[in-house]
Amino acid sequence: MEWETVIGLEIHAQLATQSKIFSGAPTAYGAEPNTQACAIDLGMPGVLPVLNEKAVHMAVTFGMAIEARIAPYSVFARKNYFYPDLPKGYQISQMELPIVGAGHLDIDVDGITKRIGITRAHLEEDAGKSVHENFHGLTGIDLNRAGTPLLEIVSEPDMRSAKEAVAYMRKLHELVRYLGVCDGNMQEGSFRCDANVSIRPKGQTEFGTRAEIKNINSFKFVEKAINYEIERQIELLENDSKVIQETRLYDSVKDETRSMRSKEEANDYRYFPDPDLLPVSIDENFKAQIKATLPELPDTKKQRFKTAYNLDDETATILSSSRQLADYFETVVKLSGCEAKLCANWITGDLSAALNKAGLEITDSPVSDIRLAGLLARISDNTISGKIAKQVFEALWQSSSVADDIIAEKGLKQITDTGAIETIIDKIIAENVGQVEQYRSGKDKVFAFFVGQVMKEMQGKANPAEVNKMLKTKLQG
Amino acid sequence: MHTKTLTELAQGLRTGEFSSIELTQAFLKRIKQHNHLNAYITVTEELALQNAKDADLRLSNDKADLLTGIPIAQKDIFCTLNIKTSCGSKMLDNFIAPYNATVVEKLNQAGAVMLGKLNMDEFAMGSSNETSHFGAVKNPWNINMVPGGSSGGSAVAVSAGLAVCATGTDTGGSIRQPAALCGITGLKPTYGRVSRYGMIAYASSLDQGGPMARNAEDTAILLQAMAGFDEKDSTSVNIPVPNYCSGLNNSLDGLKIGLPKEFFGEGLNNDVAVILETAINEYRKLGAEIIEISMPTLKLAIPAYYVIAPAECSANLSRFDGVRYGYRCNNPIDLTDLYTRSRGEGFGKEVKRRILMGTYALSAGYYDAYYLKAQKIRRLISQDFKNSFTKVDVIMGPVTPTTAFGIGDKMDDPIEMYLSDIYTIAINLAGLPAMSIPAGFVDGMPVGIQIIGNYFAEDRLLNIAHQYQHVTDWHQHTPKGFE
Repeated sequence: MEWETVIGLEIHAQLATQSKIFSGAPTAYGAEPNTQACAIDLGMPGVLPVLNEKAVHMAVTFGMAIEARIAPYSVFARKNYFYPDLPKGYQISQMELPIVGAGHLDIDVDGITKRIGITRAHLEEDAGKSVHENFHGLTGIDLNRAGTPLLEIVSEPDMRSAKEAVAYMRKLHELVRYLGVCDGNMQEGSFRCDANVSIRPKGQTEFGTRAEIKNINSFKFVEKAINYEIERQIELLENDSKVIQETRLYDSVKDETRSMRSKEEANDYRYFPDPDLLPVSIDENFKAQIKATLPELPDTKKQRFKTAYNLDDETATILSSSRQLADYFETVVKLSGCEAKLCANWITGDLSAALNKAGLEITDSPVSDIRLAGLLARISDNTISGKIAKQVFEALWQSSSVADDIIAEKGLKQITDTGAIETIIDKIIAENVGQVEQYRSGKDKVFAFFVGQVMKEMQGKANPAEVNKMLKTKLQG
Repeated sequence: MHTKTLTELAQGLRTGEFSSIELTQAFLKRIKQHNHLNAYITVTEELALQNAKDADLRLSNDKADLLTGIPIAQKDIFCTLNIKTSCGSKMLDNFIAPYNATVVEKLNQAGAVMLGKLNMDEFAMGSSNETSHFGAVKNPWNINMVPGGSSGGSAVAVSAGLAVCATGTDTGGSIRQPAALCGITGLKPTYGRVSRYGMIAYASSLDQGGPMARNAEDTAILLQAMAGFDEKDSTSVNIPVPNYCSGLNNSLDGLKIGLPKEFFGEGLNNDVAVILETAINEYRKLGAEIIEISMPTLKLAIPAYYVIAPAECSANLSRFDGVRYGYRCNNPIDLTDLYTRSRGEGFGKEVKRRILMGTYALSAGYYDAYYLKAQKIRRLISQDFKNSFTKVDVIMGPVTPTTAFGIGDKMDDPIEMYLSDIYTIAINLAGLPAMSIPAGFVDGMPVGIQIIGNYFAEDRLLNIAHQYQHVTDWHQHTPKGFE
């Protein structure tokens, strides 16, 4: 039988606020355990939550970017369950009236654009974490993360393959970073995913029974976990067995999912509106303010890069994939005055390669946009050749000098003086009589040998076009 | 000195008749002397004397507030920095609060001297102060009787002269009912008027801190210091606090007093009814017009309250899990055992009863029938009050159906106990301000009357109470042996 996969994702994006969602404690990652938890985060008796306006701002920003309905009135609810890393015995979340309603996100898979529905996005607080190492049979609790703001983004079950799911997740990841609402750091858990996976016979409209795979924190694992899950479910159904509704965990070491708890074991969370917090009212004015500061979104930017800079789809996609990269590119174009394509090639080529090798992000690039622009300007005005430029780029990467100083200091300026070039060409021709014979008898390939010899003699500084032209004339004799 | 009013004492401190140290020592002595009433859970003698010393300095510098140097006490529901804050529970018997509640902070700033922390029903759940882990509090008018609850320790401390005034909290009547049963004046402010930050939550949408004192004027002074917007409490209301003392002497001429007929039906003790009638006559003489009204939703208040309050408490008390602070059972074998035994052993019977009721009311499949329905009733009750306030300025009625009952009498019958708040609970559901003031005695036991006002009409309530106290002396009676 042919099976169709149905996938919906719930993404938890940690909002990039300075302080927690209901307290003034800092959210920075990696501090000593329990040093970033105040009385409110610790769930001390008598403390009360106060909503961080910045978190609301970020949620609304996100909602507007996915063209969602922003709830004029949304409500925080208590989700009740006991766990040692949940200090109050309930998590403040949103249930019936989330802040962000239905929206959508377009993904591109194999050249086809597909619209994925987003059901809702709601604000909630994160829990702390249990620490099992070094406690000799006991469990330690670190509440630094408790109260960190999260935006839970719930998709419609619109994805039909692991590939689509990953494309959606990447697109969302790109978007939240674009908007500056989440740092997207998956290793630190700032962006994590629960996947709901089910299968059904192709053509059937009803959904199959789904399994939920919890807390997957990389694109690679999402793809692997979903693919494993699809295989597992097909295996079950093709052997007259059943998929049971349950929560599963993905084990990346064994590359498999395994049961965590069944539906019967699921908690009754007893949601009810949190009486400590007023409903959140969002008026048109607040929305208008956010709209005015909304950055250009990736899709729009990509289109603009294609038309305004005449870039191909692939290059435009890469350059618009992060706001910082896109800004870098546009600054280089503007400051260098070079053709956009040259800039794009350098950024997606040499610069990206160097950054990848060093494991750096564009924001940490040792070669700033201004310094790269300075280099490219010298290519474009023929001061140096493309080949020499690579040498200068190396030097830019290693030092803090500007391209002009490096070129001057190392004497890399291109030689366009035809007299100087001619002298060298004559010398090379005189020294290589045999090769001249070969060339004249029709072996065109030897031409490259002459170019190479001339360039070597001139330490690469000769203008290649000039060398080519003059060599041709001389050799033809 | 202990029978003097706050105003008189403030005067004495200024004229140098006595110092705050002397005043504080006198009260500390009385607390020791009348220890058997069990009004205090913790007496902070050292701190009180330090406070008094600071207050005397402040008084000599002419930078004093009306409360500066006045010995007061805090209900043990308010968190007090570095001082045990037990909430009347074994669960928090070992809990030293790491911060001050906003109310505590404000009273500290006013220069009040804190004598200690007052006994109360466990987590404010009770109407008799018998559910306290620290034992029942005794009514000074008759030590075999309950003082009411949950702010029983506060009412007794004021009534017996063990503090000039005290803070209380009122979720369903916990200021007004003990005030009535102990013959003092108590005010439950409009929901949001006094910050709840640092006040250990029982039912967050109903809880409200307020003043308890010997008379309306003292109550006004204490409320003045307690009230106000607090950015740490999202439910506190950001509107200016009026001067509660300036209008105390306003005339009541033309005041429209509504009497809901539902307050005067079956269940109300005849002698109490007579006292009410007398008091209302007094108001007639003061120029008020009496109008009978009907509020048919009042009878729904108790069932609605006993869904909403337990529902909220079931979540509010989840943090007491034996993990971070408070009581923890010995040698838990695993996590479930830690939770089950810490909570099972740490909470008393009434608290457990309410947690269970609330958990049940919020459970899947019951939520709509209980919680949502109770919320609808709550809106109807608020609407009923709103309608009434288009016809009358204030509403009056009884505070309690009877005078104080005997210690132990109702402990085995929760429903009977819940009914003792029948006249006070609706006010919390609507979030309105209300007062209880002494209006007479039945068989030597005090009776109070209740004055209910519109939102933020605390100043009017205090004015109405003060005018009554101007022409009566019920508030000046002192229990025998405590003169």
